[in-house]
Amino acid sequence: MGDHHHGPAKGLSRWLFTTNHKDIGTMYLWFSFAMFILGGSFAMVIRAELFQPGMQLVDPLFFNQMTTLHGLVMVFGAIMPSFVGLANWMIPMMIGAPDMALPRMNNWSFWILPPAFLLLASTLFMDGGAPAFGWTFYAPLSTTYAAPSVTIFIFCIHVLGISSIMGSINIIATVMNLRAPGMTYMKMPLFVWTWLITAFLLVAVMPVLAGAVTMMLMDIHFGTSFFSAAGGGDPVLFQHVFWFFGHPEVYIIILPAFGVVSQIIPAFSRKPLFGYDSMVYATASIAFLSFIVWAHHMYTVGMPIAGELFFMYATMLIAVPTGVKVFNWISTMWRGALTFETPMLFSLGFLVLFTIGGFTGLMLSIAPADFQYHDSYFVVAHFHYVMVAGAVFSMTAAVYYWLPKWCGKMYNETMGKTHFWISFIGFNLTFFPQHFVGLAGMPRRIPDYALQFADFNMMSSIGAFIYGSSQILFLYNVIATIVAGKPTSDEKVWDGAEGLEWTVPTPAPYHTFETPPKIDPGHAHS
Amino acid sequence: MFLRAKRLTALALGPVLMLFGLLQAGTAAAAAKVNEINMSPGATEVGQRIFDLHMTIFWICVIIGVLVFGVMFYSIYYHRKSRGVTPATFHESTKVEIAWTVVPFFILIGMAVPATSTLLEIYDFEDAEMDVLITGYQWKWKYEYLNESGENVAFFSNLRTPQGEIYNTEDKGEHYLLEVDEPLVIPVDTKVRFLVTANDVIHAWWVPELAVKKDAIPGFINETWTHASEEGVYRGQCAELCGKDHGFMPIVVNVVSKEEYASWLSEKQAEAAEIKKLMAQTFSMDELMERGKAVYDRSCAACHGASGEGGLGNAIAGSPIATGDLAGHLEVGINGVPGTAMQAFGGQLNDVDMAAVITYQRNAFGNNMGDTVQPIDVFNHKKG
Repeated sequence: MGDHHHGPAKGLSRWLFTTNHKDIGTMYLWFSFAMFILGGSFAMVIRAELFQPGMQLVDPLFFNQMTTLHGLVMVFGAIMPSFVGLANWMIPMMIGAPDMALPRMNNWSFWILPPAFLLLASTLFMDGGAPAFGWTFYAPLSTTYAAPSVTIFIFCIHVLGISSIMGSINIIATVMNLRAPGMTYMKMPLFVWTWLITAFLLVAVMPVLAGAVTMMLMDIHFGTSFFSAAGGGDPVLFQHVFWFFGHPEVYIIILPAFGVVSQIIPAFSRKPLFGYDSMVYATASIAFLSFIVWAHHMYTVGMPIAGELFFMYATMLIAVPTGVKVFNWISTMWRGALTFETPMLFSLGFLVLFTIGGFTGLMLSIAPADFQYHDSYFVVAHFHYVMVAGAVFSMTAAVYYWLPKWCGKMYNETMGKTHFWISFIGFNLTFFPQHFVGLAGMPRRIPDYALQFADFNMMSSIGAFIYGSSQILFLYNVIATIVAGKPTSDEKVWDGAEGLEWTVPTPAPYHTFETPPKIDPGHAHS
Repeated sequence: MFLRAKRLTALALGPVLMLFGLLQAGTAAAAAKVNEINMSPGATEVGQRIFDLHMTIFWICVIIGVLVFGVMFYSIYYHRKSRGVTPATFHESTKVEIAWTVVPFFILIGMAVPATSTLLEIYDFEDAEMDVLITGYQWKWKYEYLNESGENVAFFSNLRTPQGEIYNTEDKGEHYLLEVDEPLVIPVDTKVRFLVTANDVIHAWWVPELAVKKDAIPGFINETWTHASEEGVYRGQCAELCGKDHGFMPIVVNVVSKEEYASWLSEKQAEAAEIKKLMAQTFSMDELMERGKAVYDRSCAACHGASGEGGLGNAIAGSPIATGDLAGHLEVGINGVPGTAMQAFGGQLNDVDMAAVITYQRNAFGNNMGDTVQPIDVFNHKKG
């Protein structure tokens, strides 16, 4: 190819065969938003059924299918791919690379996702229904007692795992090999750092998940007894294997969110990130600790006291590096010159609500108290504070922050701020009361509940409908921006923003940094 | 109308209630409080210790939260660009960073000390005065009293809330979804050890006010215990997702005086002796049908439908098993169908109930086999 300045191909083949990191990033982002809406509509079914005591809309088995698919679609379809999309778009532009290191694999790791989720969604129409064993799919409910669609589910998990592993290898290869001259590790933007560490986590634990589902497959179809005591196996083994994947997984979800917020807060504080080095070390410590705390999800399975104590202490330790991060963000704001555009609002929403989720996380780490919290709505409230207000809020902030760079047009600020406030209020109305019903004794994953929980559940449902509908405003705002937003050609869309992505033209051309940029050796990280 | 108005008021009062609820220390109360917002210290010493631990850590989090958010909101207010401030340029401070790494570490040690001692107490299974074996089934609990002299006492505890209340054709009762046909009965001021296991999938036995939550795992037996210091009725639910009717397998524990417990137990033992006697008898069709309907509604209807129309399980009406060979029907009822949700009921129902329900299935819902099954047939089938 002699012409290095060619643009995208025309028509459908542009998207099918593309190896361009921006195209692939765009597809990841749209796909994850579609999954966010799908998973969200499952949540709406759940909250509609729980609006009042009694069974009104769906039967209990379908309810279980909804909770299961909601979790799976949100974790594997919405949150993870959205951050991969962001990584695709931003990492090459942030480190001064022309593209991802492995562009063809990049195309493949995206394109195997939509068929996998199509298959997963199709289980809803299968005999016996979709998976109904919760997103944690504990054996033997997910093996001996599962509907036949579990085999399709196992296949989907394998495909998602392959996609994630390929995506991660690509990110590791890109960050290690394609940094512009002078872009040393300790000068990389924090978003790149958090993604590098996340990618290592993914490469380490996705094969473990694949192992878990393969053992399930063997138990179901090939007569093994990994998870059946009757054949010499152990159902608790499943939980150990699952959570050895599952706990790092929650950091896989939240670390890139930390990265996003670490870019946005300095930009709107007009002040460099406080404690860059300690941010990097804290991220690495969290990643390390994430491997040795898995059994805190299993305090009630009957572990020996020594195990119980080890996992309790190790889990409590996570509060230290997480605290460092929160303190650093607040110190970044301290004596800055703050403005509150939509990305900043979502980042501050993240900061407040994620910290609350961190507090409840600390409470949950205390094993004796967890005997009361475990599997109650208190846990549901906790992980939605870190997953939704953590990951989803920061992802939303990222879209508002970089959208003008991506498409060269400004979004409507008033609409963005409205989106934030409706989301913030709706989110808290949904999940704050869930702390109360959980503490008062309401178990999670039940389609109907005792009368004393009725009022808070109604509040929760109203909040969920508000939060859910606010996402339509978001979709409208993004489309309106792309179609008819006010054009901007400032390289630096935000006056306080730092980093290489703000040195390329706006909108970012199809190919950037075909020749590596020069990094001023005296210049600190961005 | 009144109910709706009450609900709206409660909604409006929610946030206010939250504050009050946090301030109240909470006294042990057996009755469920509407809009309760905090954990209950319950009726046990361990429960009180867990509650204290929970509140201590809660308040530590509140204090840290107030400090952190205080600084943040100060900054949001005073350091905004619209006030014409010039941003500072500092971006690190080794001293401060070491401080906020080390100080939280010591706070954590402060939390770990009471947490460890409470945990050690919970793990002290010694000196239990009696044992109850708890087995989780889809979707009911079985209680067996161990180490007793005389007849073995064992029974199932099923949801008692009628389908009409669940499907909104009747008004919901006070203990909607938290009521059972036969509660677990234990004596007050006694250390009762629970041996917890399951027959099919994983369940979890949770009674908040007795400070007990333990997973019931098929093939393994977990230990836990309680020591209730107040008589009363304590209600809980299965806490681990266990399939379709996970939300419909409540737990009710009656904590009674030691005397009352002793007389309850001897009554149950006499009942068990009576069943033993019935095993040797022959019943008429009517007797079997009447008993069979009760057993069916309790044990079969959840999956096979109240009128045998099917659901999670196959239809009984016109089923080739219920209208086929008797031995085949007994086999499915007693040993279940491995690899499916159809459990082996041989260990769950006594031979009289098994004989009755098989007879009922063969002669109800339009099935008209005309044959009866006697307890001795069940006994013989089990023997092979």
